[in-house]
Amino acid sequence: MPANTKFELKMGAATREAFGKALVELGRKNKDVVVCDADLSKSTMVHWFAKEFPERFFSCGIAEADMVAIGAGLASGGKIPFVASFSVFVMNKGFEQLRVTAAYPPDVNLKVVGTHSGISIGEDGPSQMSIEDLALATALPGFTVISPCDEVSMAAFVHLAAEHYGPVFLRAGRPKVPVVYNGDQKFTIGKAIGLVEGKDVTLLAHGLMVAESIRAAEILEGEGVSARVVDMPTIKPLDTEAIRKAAVETGAIVVSEEHLVDGGLGVKVAQAVGQTHPCVMEFVGIENTYAESATPHELLEKYGLTAASIAEAARRALKRKG
Amino acid sequence: MQQVKDLGEIQNFCKKIRRHIVEMITEAKSGHPGGSLSAVETLAVLYLEVMRHDPKNPQWPDRDRFVLGKGHACPVLYSVMAECGYCPVDQLITLRKLGSMYQGHPDRRFLPALEASTGSLGQGLSIGLGMALAARLNGGPSRTYVMLGDGEIQEGQIWEAAMFAAFHKVDNLAAIVDYNKIQLDGFVKDIMDLEPLAAKWQSFGWHVITLDGHDIAALREAFAEAEGAKGKPTVLIANTIKGKGVSFMENNPKFHGTAPSREEMALALKELA
Repeated sequence: MPANTKFELKMGAATREAFGKALVELGRKNKDVVVCDADLSKSTMVHWFAKEFPERFFSCGIAEADMVAIGAGLASGGKIPFVASFSVFVMNKGFEQLRVTAAYPPDVNLKVVGTHSGISIGEDGPSQMSIEDLALATALPGFTVISPCDEVSMAAFVHLAAEHYGPVFLRAGRPKVPVVYNGDQKFTIGKAIGLVEGKDVTLLAHGLMVAESIRAAEILEGEGVSARVVDMPTIKPLDTEAIRKAAVETGAIVVSEEHLVDGGLGVKVAQAVGQTHPCVMEFVGIENTYAESATPHELLEKYGLTAASIAEAARRALKRKG
Repeated sequence: MQQVKDLGEIQNFCKKIRRHIVEMITEAKSGHPGGSLSAVETLAVLYLEVMRHDPKNPQWPDRDRFVLGKGHACPVLYSVMAECGYCPVDQLITLRKLGSMYQGHPDRRFLPALEASTGSLGQGLSIGLGMALAARLNGGPSRTYVMLGDGEIQEGQIWEAAMFAAFHKVDNLAAIVDYNKIQLDGFVKDIMDLEPLAAKWQSFGWHVITLDGHDIAALREAFAEAEGAKGKPTVLIANTIKGKGVSFMENNPKFHGTAPSREEMALALKELA
């Protein structure tokens, strides 16, 4: 069970930090794990791996397309390569390489890690912000796409990604985020996790919007609304059974994410809802725009990625549900 | 493999490969004859003499690897692999047809013995570097060979990879530039000139060998020199003739990406008899 089901969320590490630490542990466990970096090792936190395993760390320079295809070649030689950069660079500059070298040849065991996802990187502004990475990653046939919400789940998914044979995209964030799970939680690729029980509406989310959804459930509880909160760390393959259950049992779903609404988890959930049990839905995400420079907190407020926005979306859904 | 063949035997092999190329592209009614014909000697020498590989055991971990960066020239690769025993010769004429293992560009889903799926230009050298790094980490003898088109190296990723290879001293890899001087829109010098090409690779830290890419003896010597070059990657700049071996295709930009007609095939096969 989650550590803080009664809405007590303590601040934890950034998911990029959890990734960097887990990668070192993984490197100790598995000698085939290698890492490629494009001059952002201190930001993606793969510098810890580089320090401990210099012979298994390849500095590619600022050359993401080259890095991705080198990773595919390393995988073809039997290694388990993790290629890491800011999500916006590895997915956008490396996309065509991912497509040709990792997606359509079958069984390429490449792990792609995009840190600094979403708008919560703050001051650096929209050229560094990845708000379409999930649309791109899920458009790659055969890819598994994972967006963990806290340090505990990220650490677990680093190991699960390595154990899973095939291409994986793992999404990490820059800012510190609340700890949602305690260490006992078991994670499985492709499985959603119920965090808060509820019967009136389901709040689905991934990444840092999971903690916001928990806070939204608390707001709604104060209004007499029983909101279910479900973490969907795996964007692909989607846990359609958890979605169907949410639709059947609560009759209203709000999907929240730090991503463009277009091409994000929400539209995929809507597809699953349409195919299983149609119900009222609302979407909280970035609406057809790029963000700007400001503090992460200011940006999340301005672009509506908060517990208050989620609660408001839930009220809209409930009104329509009738 | 690896046995040095009689020169006449290799030349006959090359003629046979050229006949396959002309026949399969004619049958497909589309494809890229010019850049397939220019690469025949290089692939023949690699697959018959240079590379350590075993068609009966295509996944042998310590094998040498070949990546065709210029994936559109796959008819030459399919023909050579088929003649080596990786895949059926009698199926070559199914090139580009529904369900064929011989796809329009190399696709490992249909022919798993291929080392890489290619077709988007500029990616092969990076893929090859990853393979070479894996071999180095494994402490194995495996070497990687990557064939690049001359037009292909206009892609920026090639030069990202060129920097990487020299910086990381990837000396178990050799690239071959099939310098046939013609790309889809015309002559390379008119589209985006590459010269001074040898100086470019040298300045990127590579060991450079310039040679006649149709000269079997020169190719043998160059690959031996490449294997002996330590501490840096080697590139063979193979001066070749687009459409080599078929008089009306030679140096003719039309045959970069146009299939011969039935009549043209008959003429070509006569010349390649």
